[in-house]
Amino acid sequence: MKRYRELIAERVFLLSALASSAITVAILVFMVFMGLPLLKQGGLYQLLLKPWAPFQGSFGIYPMIIGTGAISLLSLLFAFPLSLGCSFLIGSIAPPSVSKWFRRLIELMTGIPTVIYGFVGVFLLVPIVRELFGSGSGLCILTAALVLGIMITPTMTLFFCDSFDRIPKAYLDAADALGASPVQKLLYVILPAAKQGMINGVILSLGRAVGDTLIALMLAGNSVRVAESVLEPARTLTAHIALVIAADYESPEFRSIFACGVVLYLFTMAVTFLVRYLTFSKDQTV
Amino acid sequence: MRYRSLERLTIIFAWLTGLLLLSAVSLLLGYLFIKGYQSVNLTLIFGDASPLRAILLQERVFNGLFPAIVGTLILVLLSVFWAIPIGMATGIYLAEYASPRAKRVLDAFFDVLSGIPSIVIGLFGFAFAVFLHKHYSDRIGPCLLISSIALSFLVLPYIIRTTQASLEGIPRETRLTALALGATKFQNIFLVLIPRSLTGIMSGIILAIGRCAEDTAVIMLTGAVASTGLPRSLFAQYEALPFYIYYISSQYADRAELMQGYGASIILILLCAVLFSVAYGIRKGLTHFALYRP
Repeated sequence: MKRYRELIAERVFLLSALASSAITVAILVFMVFMGLPLLKQGGLYQLLLKPWAPFQGSFGIYPMIIGTGAISLLSLLFAFPLSLGCSFLIGSIAPPSVSKWFRRLIELMTGIPTVIYGFVGVFLLVPIVRELFGSGSGLCILTAALVLGIMITPTMTLFFCDSFDRIPKAYLDAADALGASPVQKLLYVILPAAKQGMINGVILSLGRAVGDTLIALMLAGNSVRVAESVLEPARTLTAHIALVIAADYESPEFRSIFACGVVLYLFTMAVTFLVRYLTFSKDQTV
Repeated sequence: MRYRSLERLTIIFAWLTGLLLLSAVSLLLGYLFIKGYQSVNLTLIFGDASPLRAILLQERVFNGLFPAIVGTLILVLLSVFWAIPIGMATGIYLAEYASPRAKRVLDAFFDVLSGIPSIVIGLFGFAFAVFLHKHYSDRIGPCLLISSIALSFLVLPYIIRTTQASLEGIPRETRLTALALGATKFQNIFLVLIPRSLTGIMSGIILAIGRCAEDTAVIMLTGAVASTGLPRSLFAQYEALPFYIYYISSQYADRAELMQGYGASIILILLCAVLFSVAYGIRKGLTHFALYRP
């Protein structure tokens, strides 16, 4: 009797684990399945590298890929130095009481809903950008990237702090024993030792920037043309999915958003496996 | 000497960035609260209806946030209700049963799942609803049920990871005592290990709730609408706070509606702050949860 209960419990846990991982696979399979007719129609080249012009029968998602790349990379450019400085502050430069308090604040900041960033961006930053550069509506790549940069900074800072925390205490003690100041410890001991973890943090933050929907949707202007400067509007893959709600489920417009979904999914997978690979290869060498 | 100036520059740079981030965030929150604090009152939530009668469902609220708040609440409860059993069971399997190899493979799956953009999960939910609509019943479309299931996919990795992490954090002595006294593995898990790690699991669940409450991308594809009143059934469309905020930011007709948007933002942000503080109070140090944010 007892043995059966043990067995049943184990089976139930195993089944749950299999079901949860099946979800991961099911999402991809479903996307591919729904997007397949479009792929058969025009091929991969048509889909990925052609412009979006529904009235001419062209449903390429090239502009959205470029838009996503531009906005997320630019936001990373803003977020990286910010996060680097903040993690320095928490990691060693600020006195312990300040650093503890600051870290808690940053953890709290990761909880601010993205829609709030978007909302304040629309009413606060958009008019400023419009006045400052005097062109267009203020809804542009720059605005979206600025807000997105601020949004991912807390997460990226925590990634960096996390990789600082993983440094063996003996290294830090050795530096202290040699009379290093906090900033010397940071520059010559912590940073070199934490480099790998920090690279992981940047990659994961990029994944998060690419996956964000609301900020780009609300602030980037959603134009389907390929933008020529950061002051022009653009549309991201995520925003494209949110915007194309076609009534006709068989239409190529509707099918194309599944292509966006597949691209985003594969990108996520690439990010995850890259990070796992980097972590794994590091574990082997140490 | 050259090194000295590099060190000094680093210190200045760190403090400057810290100040910059702080001022950016206080600007964001300050702007929201200064512009919107006047609109936070009972009228914002209940409109012209009487609060008591609205809560008792005797009177419909037409121009307040009450339906959106209730919608968000139901949505969150449903999603967590789906996600907790399967998430916890998976976490237990990973921590207690899985062989190192199985663990590596499953870990990869959940890492991918936690990284999938929420809009893609929303799209999956939407496509699934369409699929059901076409093949099974005309009555099923994007609705509360589909939204809550899609959201539960979104927060599943949180619950799995926190369960796994808090079980694995239990020291060896505690782990072995009951076994040494003749308890079976199952008894050990349920009577010793789970109670011991309950605080960790709870804080993970509360963070999952926060994530459900704030997510907009999933629900905008799976059945949230701007105005429909209280949800009538699981198969009905519903209102939700974050979707309302998004809707107002692009479609507001007049100042009153805009002020409602500010009010809704303040309510949502307070809700998330409360949830976060509770989770924090339960277990100190949330850094590693924040990292699992999907």
